[in-house]
Amino acid sequence: MDGPAIAADTRPWRDPAARPFISVRDVVKTFGDFTAVCDVDLDIYKGELFCLLGESGCGKSTLLRMLAGFEVPTRGRIEIDDEDMAQVPPDRRPTNMMFQSYALFPHMTVEKNVAYGLLREGVKKPEAYARALDMLRMVKLEKQARRKPDQLSGGQRQRVALARALVKRPKLLLLDEPLGALDKKLREETQFELIRIQETLGVTFIVVTHDQDEAMTLATRIGVMKDGMIEQIGEPREIYETPNSRFVADFIGTVNLFEGRVEAAAPDMMRIDTPDLGPVLVSPQVGLSRGQQVWAALRPERFWLTREKPENAPNAWHGHVEEMGYIGHMSHYRIRLDSGVLVRASQSNRLRDEDPISWDEKAWVSVNPAAFRVLTR
Amino acid sequence: MNALTRSAPWRGTAWVFGKLGFSGRSLVIAIPMLWLGVFFLAPFFVLGRISLAEAIIARPPFTPLFDRAPDGSLEIFASLENYRFLLEDALYRNAYLSSIRVALVSTIFALLIGYPIAYYIARAPEPKRSILLLMVILPFWTSFLLRVYAWMGFLRSNGVINNMLLSMGVIDSPIQMMQTDFAVYIGIVYTYLPFMILPLYANLTKLDGALLEASSDLGASPMVTFFTITLPLSLPGIVAGSMLVFIPAIGEYVIPALLGGPDTLMIGRVLWDEFFSSRDWPVASAVAIVMLVLVVAPIMWLQSVQNRRGMD
Repeated sequence: MDGPAIAADTRPWRDPAARPFISVRDVVKTFGDFTAVCDVDLDIYKGELFCLLGESGCGKSTLLRMLAGFEVPTRGRIEIDDEDMAQVPPDRRPTNMMFQSYALFPHMTVEKNVAYGLLREGVKKPEAYARALDMLRMVKLEKQARRKPDQLSGGQRQRVALARALVKRPKLLLLDEPLGALDKKLREETQFELIRIQETLGVTFIVVTHDQDEAMTLATRIGVMKDGMIEQIGEPREIYETPNSRFVADFIGTVNLFEGRVEAAAPDMMRIDTPDLGPVLVSPQVGLSRGQQVWAALRPERFWLTREKPENAPNAWHGHVEEMGYIGHMSHYRIRLDSGVLVRASQSNRLRDEDPISWDEKAWVSVNPAAFRVLTR
Repeated sequence: MNALTRSAPWRGTAWVFGKLGFSGRSLVIAIPMLWLGVFFLAPFFVLGRISLAEAIIARPPFTPLFDRAPDGSLEIFASLENYRFLLEDALYRNAYLSSIRVALVSTIFALLIGYPIAYYIARAPEPKRSILLLMVILPFWTSFLLRVYAWMGFLRSNGVINNMLLSMGVIDSPIQMMQTDFAVYIGIVYTYLPFMILPLYANLTKLDGALLEASSDLGASPMVTFFTITLPLSLPGIVAGSMLVFIPAIGEYVIPALLGGPDTLMIGRVLWDEFFSSRDWPVASAVAIVMLVLVVAPIMWLQSVQNRRGMD
């Protein structure tokens, strides 16, 4: 993928010569006989907003805690800004963390909470409080400076925690489920707020989350984790469009998976025989050989739904709509094909006065060969 | 309404009490009120009444409150003479001050020893924590008196400590430890240490580890974290533990009597002497009442502080 020249500046991971700001090498962390993090290799560049995404217990928080210094890697090496972190305790690291529980000091006012890190650094009191207030202004909480944390709402507490973590201008900000405790509406607003702050300050962010929407919205790149290992690293679009495994394809968004074997691999078109759909024509992908077991992955929105059989469609199947969910901007369908297999499709509702295909209607679904992603694991 | 409050006997009882002007709520409160009234308030008034009388050789050994005057009219006899006596006689003033000093010093030592123990137990992993906690409580299963006697065996001139030091050649002649203030401090700190540890432990286990991590993440060394986060947040535990040590230590009688010397002046001993040696019940009662006030005052102050904090 060759992007335009200017984009290389904002996407350093595409430049093989770029030096990573954080480098994690072969890091392993075990607790007793449980391996929480296993052989993780990770490069993160300056100014990135990197999301570690995975289900609970996948090791993403442990990895974050190793970056903060709360856990010591069993094996491996962590470098931040070319400095080996092995012997550096948390209080000497150029990182700050925003905790999932926010961990605001309950006996201090908001102002004191935010100034705490500066005072530990030896900044004089008047200056520390002035800078704390600046930071509170940025998160729009200057009026609450004299309150105690238990007098704030959840969203306000979240912003205090963010201000406290940012006030020291860390090189790296670690955020553990930063929006987890907020309700949906507030979470969406705060996501863009986070991006705004990150871009204003130019701090490198690493965000741990289990919420794929959050990761997709926030991240410059996403690292999908499973069982202590990183499954795939890539930009949100790469992760969504070209997942490298069934796990990633299924974890990010919704996907239809059809198991099959590579039947014919011509340079212009490839055929996969699947028990569910019969022969499927897909765009060729490198590294596949005849007879190999593969999975053809397809996002629901890549199906075309029509009442009439589409002309010249290489992949078209007939079926009837079993269920339909109208959610406003989209409609989700479950369509039972004549072969008996159930597929998930969705259509965006672009026109007000459409006559959409509805329950119990017969319909044709067709797919462009380029829309499939062929997975080998 | 649950099954009990709907049952016929309950409704009948409630109706009867309702007619008499009692609600269920006041009945629940009535039990502890009754207990306090019979076993605390009534004796307190008896004590107060005796403290206003005058000692006589009779049975009971104090003047009655009401008396028939020779002309047949009712006389009330009450005076604050005993309290004036307490103020004037330096012995009592010194005894109060010395009691407060002993209690205060003991409380500080109990805090200094108890805090690290409580902290360690609170941070220990689970099976170990229960064992450590048990070890704190275990001494209560033997008699308090027995434990004080055991200390006598350690502290006296031919006791365990002196013998050990002599045999090791550290000292030439036994150190006088019994019948000193030092022995009293040891006895009080030893006896009341669990009362310091347990509330502190209860407080410190509630301390959120993420707060300590946050402090360290913001650049505080472990020492700074302790003084800026752990210590202020454990203040309620410190206050509770200190009260539980300070209050009984002020009135302590057995420990100074057994371990202390003739110059260990504590109010508990003065009280004993007044009651049983001098048989001056009115003065002894006055001593007791003043001590009660001395002990109650700090509790009231504490309560008001806590209420103020609660309202913030």
